[in-house]
Amino acid sequence: MATVEAMAAPLAHGHHEEMSFVRKYIFSTDHKIIGIQFLFASLAFLALGGVLAIMLRWQLGFPGEAMPGVGVVAPKFYNALVTMHGTFMVFFAVMPLLVGVYANYLIPLKIGAPDMAFPRLNMLSFWIFVQSGIVMTASLFVEGGAPGAGWTAYAPLSAVPQYTGVSLGQQLWIISIVLFGASSLLGSVNYITTVINMRAPGMTLFRMPLSIWALFITAIIALLAVPILAAAVILLFFDQTLGTTFFLPADGGQPLLWQHLFWFFGHPEVYILILPAMGIISDVIANGSRKPVFGYHSMVLAIIAIAFLGWITWGHHMFQSGMNPLLGTSFMISTMAIAIPSAIKVFNWLGTMWRGNLRFHTPMLFAIGFVSLFTIGGLSGIFMASNSVDIFIHDTYFIVAHIHYVLFGGSLMAIFAAIYFWFPKMFGRMMNEAWGKIHFALTFIFYNLTFFPMHILGMGGHMRRIYDPTQYEFLQPYQPLNKFITISAILLFVAQLPLIANFFWSLFRGKKAEANPWRDNGLEWTVASPPPHGNFAVTPIVYRGPYEFSSPEVEEDYLPQDVPLNGEREVVGAGVGEE
Amino acid sequence: MNEAITLPGGVKAEPGMRIYNQKLGMWVFLASEVMFFTGLIGAYIILRFGASAWALPGVPLDEGGTPLNINLTAFNTFVLICSSVTMVKGFASIEQGDQKNLKRFLLATVLLGAAFVGIQVMEYIELAREGFLPHCSEELATVVPSCHLFGSTFYTMTGFHGAHVSIGVLCMVWVTVKAFRGGYTKESHGGVEVIGLYWHFVDLVWIILFTIVYLI
Amino acid sequence: MDWLPGAASSYAAELDTIFWVILAVTGIVLVGVQVTLVYFLVKYRGREGRRASYVEGSTKAEVIWTVIPAVLIVGIAVASQRVWSQVKNPDRFPADALELNVEARQFAWSITYPGPDGELGTEDDFTRYNEMRVPVNRPVVFNMTSADVVHSFFVPAFRIKQDAVPGLNTRAWFEATEVGEYELACAELCGVAHGLMKGKVVVLPQDEFEGWLAGLGE
Repeated sequence: MATVEAMAAPLAHGHHEEMSFVRKYIFSTDHKIIGIQFLFASLAFLALGGVLAIMLRWQLGFPGEAMPGVGVVAPKFYNALVTMHGTFMVFFAVMPLLVGVYANYLIPLKIGAPDMAFPRLNMLSFWIFVQSGIVMTASLFVEGGAPGAGWTAYAPLSAVPQYTGVSLGQQLWIISIVLFGASSLLGSVNYITTVINMRAPGMTLFRMPLSIWALFITAIIALLAVPILAAAVILLFFDQTLGTTFFLPADGGQPLLWQHLFWFFGHPEVYILILPAMGIISDVIANGSRKPVFGYHSMVLAIIAIAFLGWITWGHHMFQSGMNPLLGTSFMISTMAIAIPSAIKVFNWLGTMWRGNLRFHTPMLFAIGFVSLFTIGGLSGIFMASNSVDIFIHDTYFIVAHIHYVLFGGSLMAIFAAIYFWFPKMFGRMMNEAWGKIHFALTFIFYNLTFFPMHILGMGGHMRRIYDPTQYEFLQPYQPLNKFITISAILLFVAQLPLIANFFWSLFRGKKAEANPWRDNGLEWTVASPPPHGNFAVTPIVYRGPYEFSSPEVEEDYLPQDVPLNGEREVVGAGVGEE
Repeated sequence: MNEAITLPGGVKAEPGMRIYNQKLGMWVFLASEVMFFTGLIGAYIILRFGASAWALPGVPLDEGGTPLNINLTAFNTFVLICSSVTMVKGFASIEQGDQKNLKRFLLATVLLGAAFVGIQVMEYIELAREGFLPHCSEELATVVPSCHLFGSTFYTMTGFHGAHVSIGVLCMVWVTVKAFRGGYTKESHGGVEVIGLYWHFVDLVWIILFTIVYLI
Repeated sequence: MDWLPGAASSYAAELDTIFWVILAVTGIVLVGVQVTLVYFLVKYRGREGRRASYVEGSTKAEVIWTVIPAVLIVGIAVASQRVWSQVKNPDRFPADALELNVEARQFAWSITYPGPDGELGTEDDFTRYNEMRVPVNRPVVFNMTSADVVHSFFVPAFRIKQDAVPGLNTRAWFEATEVGEYELACAELCGVAHGLMKGKVVVLPQDEFEGWLAGLGE
């Protein structure tokens, strides 16, 4: 039997160009540096979003009591917290962490390309994102207060300054979203063009890792969905500033039009936030199980099906909005249909682990956590998808529990897995495994203690976004639970300290990483850690799919995509050129 | 661009779409632009058909017609279509390696595009003088049904389109300058093709806008 | 403390049933997935000298776990649709209901009653704030709108939620089945005092309600 080591090409060392610090690390056009820049920026926003969450949880657990170091949370500030927590987490943490970081970092490396199709646009995308984030952060501090109309910014509340008492803040929110849209657009154009045009020879579409499939499909969704949001917020901006009445009932405008436009973007957005996570998880689980992904083709089809169905389900956010009840029926059916590809994915992950040889490294633990928690989030979605049950639980803590099981238990768990998995490639050093496992255990426990009880609040009819639940008699029995959730949330926040410490400690002191520390098959592991500028000294040739773990053809339990088995190298011979 | 490479096992290498990156990137970008205008036009359609009454073209102003000067805009539409024709001609010229005609047609395209923007600005000034603004004058609001909403949607859609044409003209100037410096040859003229795609797209959007805002 | 608030309207029990059915179905799936997951984690944990089976999938297994969720989903959808159309379809609203007008505004509910003549839009209509009085065991249909932003009429005990949208007339109905007082909340973020926009629904015996209505709410 052949061995991988005997056949693998020597490590690539790209040509090094000496560049100034600014060109190399600040205004870099290297997709890897841009990915790392996105990583630092969006982790900062993740932390900010977390701080806002703790502040609003404080008010719910201890209404009217002064929070140490902050003071009493006033109602207007509470609405700002709710709004900005959602906004930062969706647009500035989860979406850029998945798409900005891993699409940038992984696409060229995993498909065997030297860089993105448009490196300069890529750099522009990052710097517009930074501006967008600065404008959004500024909206927290301007006169009149931060936006308080929710991250969904329902008109007319968001359209008329008198209704919230906020004017400049809401306008900055809109400007920031438009900038964000421009950044996202440049990113999407890059990712799509790169995946279509710059795959290495032999990297057929159905040899692409599922992470790349997911990021590719996500880029298509973002390309088509984000401009709808841009159009909607521009109209909202005119209502705010120019006295137009697109979303105001005066002169015939339509408040529901905002909801339709917002959710026509917003539901595909949900899949922007979860599909890349599913793709990343598939890669990590195959690696951790030392087995090919179970049902690779149906996994790809499920991604495409979810992406497609995501466009025709937006109305399930609007069951109680006064929309025609017949539409409620059709939106229920399309929404329920999404459960099928989602179920296929979960079962296929289980199938991947079945008869595997599981290795519980930190990324694998987070991936397992993802499967466990995403299952809860997916199943709780069925309650909301049922239009009649939704009458009761719409806008309650049930939906809050659901979105956090999907976006934290799902997306963020995958992001953590990705951070641990690709850290050695990004920075050339390993993260500490023991601390990684502690981080996982604490996060998993306090995560569930924080969010699982929210289902119970929701079943009790506890409305979301209310400032003080004790005002309602029927909610008073739930106050101890609210307190419990708040304490758990604080502990969940504290449980992230091991990650931060581990991250920065490993950055400078971690064990030096070899090229392929996880014994994985992807092309990114065939180059040095970190990879040189230009990635591959010679364009790699791809002979097989990315999940050939425990293949009977080699002794090792992995078989990289670019390693020719005996005889194959000669067949290809000369004449295989560059793109 | 390589021919498809056959690797062991007979699997084709799929070297891409055989379209160069800039052209593919422009197509992808235009898909996004389609969605942006879909958002605006969709909003217009929902607002218009949700309104109790709407200003009708071809009807005198005091009987519920529009304050828009349809003849002027029809002429302007013709101008923009002509600019697409000159664009096509320019591209066809450079494909034959004819730099002289490329320059001529690009210059014509720039001038026609600028003329379109100029006429649109004139139209805006004239309409504003009559009191037709995103928020109509009191006087006009009494004769034009749903005047405020009509004004808001009209200026938003045509304004964003005008901005697209303006950006197109600026890019076209850049391409034209490069053409005058001999920057495009029979073998290498991607810039002309890519700006052409954008130009035809903007033209197409206008034909849709002109139809739904001015004609029906 | 019950899991769901005490049910006090004609359709609440039916809606709750669907909730419990979905909980049972999803609960079984959930337990199944988690138990399988843990079992696999233990059984297939990595050991020296072991090698994973080189299995790329199984069409049969995948067909099974595509079809089963599909069947369950169809069942849930059909059951949901029945209650949905009963609660929300205006063509199926009960006849001879008491009709009220509700207007939401920041941050109060105003309820207009038809007065002694039993008809809205007449001179003897009268309006009360944050307290909706209704008779027991008689359907109440209300026409709802908003004076400013989007609000949402939510009475947990009745399992009714309906947005009040400015410029739009949304209609909803319920039939209270037990005399008593129930809390009314706004469920859609509507501004600074959203959390305080509460009221109550007072369900009276029918004759008491008739008397109150005839007496112009005195």
